[in-house]
Amino acid sequence: MPGDVSALQLLLSGDPALLAIVRLSLIVSLSAVVFGGLIGVPFGAAVALTRFPGREAVIVILNALMGLPPVVVGLAVYLLLSRSGPLGSWGLLFTPQAMIVAQTVLIAPIIAALARQTVEDLWSEYRDELAAMDVGPLGRIATLIWDGRFSLVTALLAGFGRAAAEVGAVLIVGGNIDGFTRTMTTAIALETSKGDLPLAIGLGLVLIAIVVVVNAAAWGLRRAGERLAG
Amino acid sequence: MRAPVTDLPIVLEDVSFSAGGVTILDRISLVLVAGSPTVLIGPNGAGKTTLLRLVMGLIAPTRGRVTWGGREQASPTHRAIVFQRPAMLRRSAAGNIRYALAAAGVPRARRAAHALALGALVGLTGLERRPARKLSGGEQQRLALARALAKEPQLLLLDEPTASLDPAATKAIEDVIRKVAASGIKVVMSTHDLGEAKRLAGEIVLVHRGRVIESGAAETFFAAPKTIEARRFIAGELLV
Repeated sequence: MPGDVSALQLLLSGDPALLAIVRLSLIVSLSAVVFGGLIGVPFGAAVALTRFPGREAVIVILNALMGLPPVVVGLAVYLLLSRSGPLGSWGLLFTPQAMIVAQTVLIAPIIAALARQTVEDLWSEYRDELAAMDVGPLGRIATLIWDGRFSLVTALLAGFGRAAAEVGAVLIVGGNIDGFTRTMTTAIALETSKGDLPLAIGLGLVLIAIVVVVNAAAWGLRRAGERLAG
Repeated sequence: MRAPVTDLPIVLEDVSFSAGGVTILDRISLVLVAGSPTVLIGPNGAGKTTLLRLVMGLIAPTRGRVTWGGREQASPTHRAIVFQRPAMLRRSAAGNIRYALAAAGVPRARRAAHALALGALVGLTGLERRPARKLSGGEQQRLALARALAKEPQLLLLDEPTASLDPAATKAIEDVIRKVAASGIKVVMSTHDLGEAKRLAGEIVLVHRGRVIESGAAETFFAAPKTIEARRFIAGELLV
């Protein structure tokens, strides 16, 4: 298949355009995972450990937000960052930062919902022990996050998978500007529509490889950690 | 100089506990004083675990009151409990003890040496680096004991500490309990194993259907039980 050969050639030759797209995609998605984790993990843990009126509704909404359509998130962030929007003065629209914001909004609920479940399961196991040891609220949250770290990695991976694969949100707020806001997914969509299949296939292969490598690394880390910590 | 704060005696006055419309403990009055171990005996579902949780202060009575050294509100600083199925934190055996030491306010610099000493006390020397969740049932119970002792408690509560353990593991736990009791820590434990009660108890409290049926010195209880339930329980009959 000539398309496959060309894609392979592009990959092996280290095509600068392809590498730039890969680099930006990784920066955007990994940044979104970091911010989504910083927001989602503590929020999920707090929901797991506290009781307040409307908690059940919060859990239902959180779970529902896991299926948030990327184009809707893109539209919301677009309206927020557009010149006439409340944050228009920041001048972030059509920048990588806007793409990070959109992906963070997209994956923070996923990480929060999975973190809540992880922490809540662990809490039902640890509750009595931590109460008997007289561990305070912050100590409890820290303990549960630390002891649930291997499961929480799975939550972060789910977030990364979602961020790396989505196209709608980054397309709307990033604009798919060549050399500036073009990511693997937006480039694949564009090159396919243009009929430039070798680049599209090359990017697709790189995207799949990255997801596999990141998941394999996280899996290995988790297994090693479990072997050492139990 | 102020006298050290003590949680003893622990006094339960007309205490009841209900959950979900079910009365689990029914008007219990009991005084726990310093001295030899007090063993709560009774069949499964009698209310022994709930009684221990009340004494620990993990739950509040729905009726009556509990006082620790005359105080109604006493943080569990001087009390520790080992549950029937203790949860092992996801870290090494020594890491579990160090966590308990940190929770008890022991300075970081002293934790490692202290953890080793506690591990040795409960017979876990050589297993300090093993993940706690990979220890055997008996080893986990001993680790839970070490964790509880990290608090240097005045009162140690043990909920069926040898349930489902083999004789060797049971003996190891009982040896630790004897050592702990000999060091001046008041031990209150539950069991439905009469042999264990005879081996360890200074005082017996027979609990059945949420009520204290009979209590007193262990020797007297086993030699001359006063109630029909106690006689039947000692004879090995089923109390239902």
